[in-house]
Amino acid sequence: MAAVRAVHYLNQFFGQIGGEDKADITPFQKDGPVGPGTALQKAFGDEIEIVGTVICGDTYFNENIETATTEIMELIAGYQPQMLIAGPAFNAGRYGVACGAVCAAAAEKFAIPVITGMYEENPGADLYRKQAYIVRTGDSAAKMRTAIPAMSKLALKIARGEELGTPADEGYLEQGLRFNTMHHTERGSSRAVAMLLKKLKGEPYQSEYPMPSFSRVTPRPAIKDLKKAKIALVTSGGIVPKGNPDRIEASSASHFGRYDITGIEDLTEDTFETAHGGYDPVYANLDADRVLPIDVLRQMEKEGVIGSLHNVYYATVGNGTSVANAQKYAHAIGLELSEENIDGIILTST
Amino acid sequence: MVKELEETVNVPVVHICTIVPISLTVGANRIVPAVAIPHPLGNPTLQSAEEKELRRSLVEKALQALTTEVNEQTQF
Repeated sequence: MAAVRAVHYLNQFFGQIGGEDKADITPFQKDGPVGPGTALQKAFGDEIEIVGTVICGDTYFNENIETATTEIMELIAGYQPQMLIAGPAFNAGRYGVACGAVCAAAAEKFAIPVITGMYEENPGADLYRKQAYIVRTGDSAAKMRTAIPAMSKLALKIARGEELGTPADEGYLEQGLRFNTMHHTERGSSRAVAMLLKKLKGEPYQSEYPMPSFSRVTPRPAIKDLKKAKIALVTSGGIVPKGNPDRIEASSASHFGRYDITGIEDLTEDTFETAHGGYDPVYANLDADRVLPIDVLRQMEKEGVIGSLHNVYYATVGNGTSVANAQKYAHAIGLELSEENIDGIILTST
Repeated sequence: MVKELEETVNVPVVHICTIVPISLTVGANRIVPAVAIPHPLGNPTLQSAEEKELRRSLVEKALQALTTEVNEQTQF
């Protein structure tokens, strides 16, 4: 059987170009394996052939993600690969993001299996674990010796078309996929009871259906005197000035907007609209106060119920926006609001 | 966003939202259930004065949430 054609992606360091001083280097290709690729090739034997290596500087990639990805895809396409391997990136953040993004783009563009390796806390891991097989590695290049066999084992299994076991068995990070499997030995009720008993005894157990974990934040103390409080408005409902000047996307918003509402008492059909996709925009477009209650808050400000309404509101579109991005936008908004002596925030979602 | 704002600005944040289970799962601390997805703070079948009254009552509830001490996720 002919070897499976693979392309390997590396950064400037592992591509043997140089360190941080070469991190601005634009993508280029080299035929055959380079650096960690030679070790992978050795493990692959004649089943997978690394036909080419694409190398790009980490800084260049992360500062120009879209352009760099396009350039890299063009280089990869030239090799007509059947598989893409990236890294391993260990705990290098920029390299991890680059490996993840290159894998995700290649999986989408060429519909080929994509494999990379990262330390679980690499920011690239959470961003791209759903799109790529991310083999769990140690946190530094000192762990190359264990990373290479782990990655090559998974790559060979995929190249042979063998069925993969669970992420824990195969050594890659969970992708959030669920499979139905048949348990021939023990039925569900007895497995559940066994799990419960272990839990009660404080023994380790493994759920068959893990829930996504969301961290919690401590509730902040209540506002003491509403009459003196400055209230800020934030929305994920996509309310923007008419014409959507910041071009916030209807889905998977790439940014948020900040809008001055000094002197604005009411949002009208002529002045504001929603940029949000995924729901019928008619009601919000007719009267955006239905999503962002500026009319009522202005009224309360006049009546002295609240001290004041902050004269800038923030908006993004929640439709299809990842948790990581939502968190990023909220962090940036939060830093701005921290400078404004805000006492409380109302966030509205559609 | 609710959690990140609460953490970054260090002030109480209230989430007015239609799909309360999502807000609960994600971890908002103060939650006010809204009317409907396309018009969380409105109801187009009402006359405009009544609709504004409805909106005002939801905002009042949100402000009540901001002035109430909570130790855990609370729905108002």
